[in-house]
Amino acid sequence: MIALLAFYLFATVTIASAVLVIFARNPVHSVLWLILAFFNAAGLILLTGAEFIAMLLVIVYVGAVAVLFLFVVMMLDVDFSSLRSGFSRNLPFGLLIALVLLAEIVIAVGARQAGPVLARSAAAPAANVVPNIEALGTALYTRYLIPFELAGLILLVAMIGAIVLTHRSRGDVRGQNANRQIRRRPQDATRNTRPVSGEGVTL
Amino acid sequence: MIGLAHFLTVAAILFVIGVLGIFLNRRNVILMLMCIELLLLAVNINLVAFSAFLGDMVGQVFAMFVLTVAAAEAAIGLAIMVIFFRRRGSIAIDAADQMRG
Repeated sequence: MIALLAFYLFATVTIASAVLVIFARNPVHSVLWLILAFFNAAGLILLTGAEFIAMLLVIVYVGAVAVLFLFVVMMLDVDFSSLRSGFSRNLPFGLLIALVLLAEIVIAVGARQAGPVLARSAAAPAANVVPNIEALGTALYTRYLIPFELAGLILLVAMIGAIVLTHRSRGDVRGQNANRQIRRRPQDATRNTRPVSGEGVTL
Repeated sequence: MIGLAHFLTVAAILFVIGVLGIFLNRRNVILMLMCIELLLLAVNINLVAFSAFLGDMVGQVFAMFVLTVAAAEAAIGLAIMVIFFRRRGSIAIDAADQMRG
């Protein structure tokens, strides 16, 4: 009973906040609604018994991706009102596409209901035997080790790519040149003079 | 009792909302990226739901990979958007054909 209640709560809030992501006027509000959608989707996933993925969703999506979006939205001084000009013009076409897609999904699910494509029936979830994290770790570090390493490589490439793309060397700042500092010797920088008394030094 | 169909319905609605968002906001790149995140979230819910109800761990493994790709895609997409904005002073998608690889 409580699970059913939680499911409907999470599902309603997820879908409502997803709608508000699209329709919010202020993009900062959009990102905040997106964060709410991610939280509630994590709750939904928690209900299926996949705790690790749910926590990962909170950490990765809310902690990293949504904050990145928020950061960029606030950092760039974008005139968002001009970007909304085609909104009402695109509404009928977009709704049409969405309805066609929804109809396709419904038909596909209906076709699956008619005759199961998968021969295997719903077995008992593996999470009941061993803890979810243990099962996931066993699968991840044995059979799926190579894809796991490749996922790490994808993240590395994304990190380097983002840094390379957004880095710019500005000409108007005087940065520290360590090579020049180390190469400098005392005899290049200083000079000994023996000034005559009362005449001063000309440099 | 909550069945597989419940989760699949939520994921389908979420996916359709994401597609609708891409079609509605055809100029704002930030919102398009957010909608792609919504699509990938719907896919993740599907994968995890199937994994839980079929008793197969592989779905959750692949949900993790989808999560990885989503994070990488958001980082690269926002980086491209930042340099695009720096160059053009706007993030309207209309001018994106001038990037030319």
